[in-house]
Amino acid sequence: MKEFKGKVLFLDRSDINTDEIIPAKYLTEIEKIAMKPHLLEDLKMEGFDPITDIDGKAVVVTRDNFGCGSSREHAPWALEVNGIHVVIAPSFARIFRQNMYNCGMLAIELDPDVISNIFAEFKAADTQISVDVEALEISIQSADKNKKIPFEISGFDKELIQTGGWVEYADQNY
Amino acid sequence: MGKTIAEKIFEAHLVDEPFGDVSVLKLDRVFCHEITTPTAIQDLVARGKDRVFDPDKIKAVIDHVTPAKDSKTAMQGKILRDWAIRHGIKDFFDIGRNGVCHAIFPEKGFVRPGFTIIMGDSHTCTHGAFGAFAAGVGTTDLEVGILKGVCTFKTPQTYKIAIIGSLKAGVYAKDIILKVIQELTVNGATNMVIEFTGNVVDEMNMDQRMTLSNMAVEAGATSGICLPDMTTVEYLWDFIKDEYESKEAALADFSKFKSDPDAEYAKTKTIDVSELCPLSTFGYKPDNVKPVSEMKGTKVDQVYIGSCTNGRLEDLRIAAKVLEGQKISEGLRGIVSPATPDIYSKALEEGIIKVFMDAGFCVTNPTCGACLGMSNGVLANGEVAAATTNRNFNGRMGKGGMVHLMSPATAAATAIKGEIVNSNLYAN
Ligand code: SF4
Repeated sequence: MKEFKGKVLFLDRSDINTDEIIPAKYLTEIEKIAMKPHLLEDLKMEGFDPITDIDGKAVVVTRDNFGCGSSREHAPWALEVNGIHVVIAPSFARIFRQNMYNCGMLAIELDPDVISNIFAEFKAADTQISVDVEALEISIQSADKNKKIPFEISGFDKELIQTGGWVEYADQNY
Repeated sequence: MGKTIAEKIFEAHLVDEPFGDVSVLKLDRVFCHEITTPTAIQDLVARGKDRVFDPDKIKAVIDHVTPAKDSKTAMQGKILRDWAIRHGIKDFFDIGRNGVCHAIFPEKGFVRPGFTIIMGDSHTCTHGAFGAFAAGVGTTDLEVGILKGVCTFKTPQTYKIAIIGSLKAGVYAKDIILKVIQELTVNGATNMVIEFTGNVVDEMNMDQRMTLSNMAVEAGATSGICLPDMTTVEYLWDFIKDEYESKEAALADFSKFKSDPDAEYAKTKTIDVSELCPLSTFGYKPDNVKPVSEMKGTKVDQVYIGSCTNGRLEDLRIAAKVLEGQKISEGLRGIVSPATPDIYSKALEEGIIKVFMDAGFCVTNPTCGACLGMSNGVLANGEVAAATTNRNFNGRMGKGGMVHLMSPATAAATAIKGEIVNSNLYAN
């Protein structure tokens, strides 16, 4: 199982699409690691600089419909090679969400109000998140605050996270 | 309680329901292209699982960057080509026979009502035009599809959209789907199947239905389905005539997948398109939609007519009607890419290609090309394109470029004028 904890990258915009996560011109890369320097490089957002803001982050907290657009699994891979294994949002595009779990990574959906509160309380601070998949609990911590938030994932998604993927599961079962 | 077409297809293909929360479905088709499949192939090889579940149900094409533009894309093509040969995948379309996946696979008769289809491509929803459940997936799902012929889905809810009324001249399926996306927004149908119904859809030919279904994913939908009818049967007849005694018999068989009158829908919406005018997108999201008349003064550097949305014969015919005897604006670049070799050669026979060339268009081979900004017409920073494609994300056709999505008629008129305008086919 992958590690699901670390510093938070806040992306305060909805509908961040797969072209913004990893532009199409890098789809010719056959090695995942080649995508590392290009994560979110086309994301134009006030107060965000991909060159300085991604380094050292392990969790993304963002808004609605994250990962919309193309089916490219290069999007979760670009996150993965940067050490980001968790994305937390009010909603995800279907294919992106499935790709995350298929890669053994977490795409956690929380109520939009809960997400708004996380932005309001923690965005400014140097925030850490750790996710306990067994207890289904997210712990958020900054210098002066901490908070625990429960979440839900399906039994099947949990199995994918714990066994590390759909290929082995399917080959054994079908 | 009755069932929707999606529910019926799910039921007919259900293999397992692990943990009770997802459905594992048996697949009738796994489609492959050279951008997303090579990584799946390499991973299968690395796992010691270089197998395919059924070489006859797998169809593959090199379409995104063809002819290869550099060593990397050449390698992607090579990995797919070698794999197709190694596993006896007969329906593999390489240079000279290749075309845009969502145009060539239906044209070859590979899509049937009631089928389950996946591909590592988000616009796989296009094939729903035939009454199939067709969905885009990522590399891992594709890998499992290739290996085992199964895929997991959450049982989708259905959003029924009735398109009614009668279209004005010069208004097309593309304008309708832009209208639908504007109303639903980019995630209005996430995790849902859109079922397109209504007299306007009933009257559409298959090319038009494919344009409609193609962009369902731009509203977040898993698939965009049109119910199979006589139009579907007529389109497929050459491929199925040995399987059925008559067209009526084929229709009766396909009709078992039709939604029941008392089926339950998560949402429904009726859109009367009688007053609809030609539309264009204006921003970086496909739901940023405006009437073309409000785009006045928007200067364009490049017009692109092609793609899985609007690169079919009827699209080229309409654009040629606008371009006939005209020249494209000085300084504007016009590019047309017929979506398949068959479309290309029919367009040649009909004199359409000549019309494009006389107008000053560059005619390229069938390919995705400029649509995804990897080759064949990438925009420079700050440039503006008018395109018949389906995605206007920031940087889609080249970093720093802007893409306006529209119908082939509007794109052709825009090419002549040099700025976004309605075509003379639209009489208002
Ligand atoms: S034409 Fe464009 S949208 Fe269609 S499959 Fe090719 S790249 Fe994708």
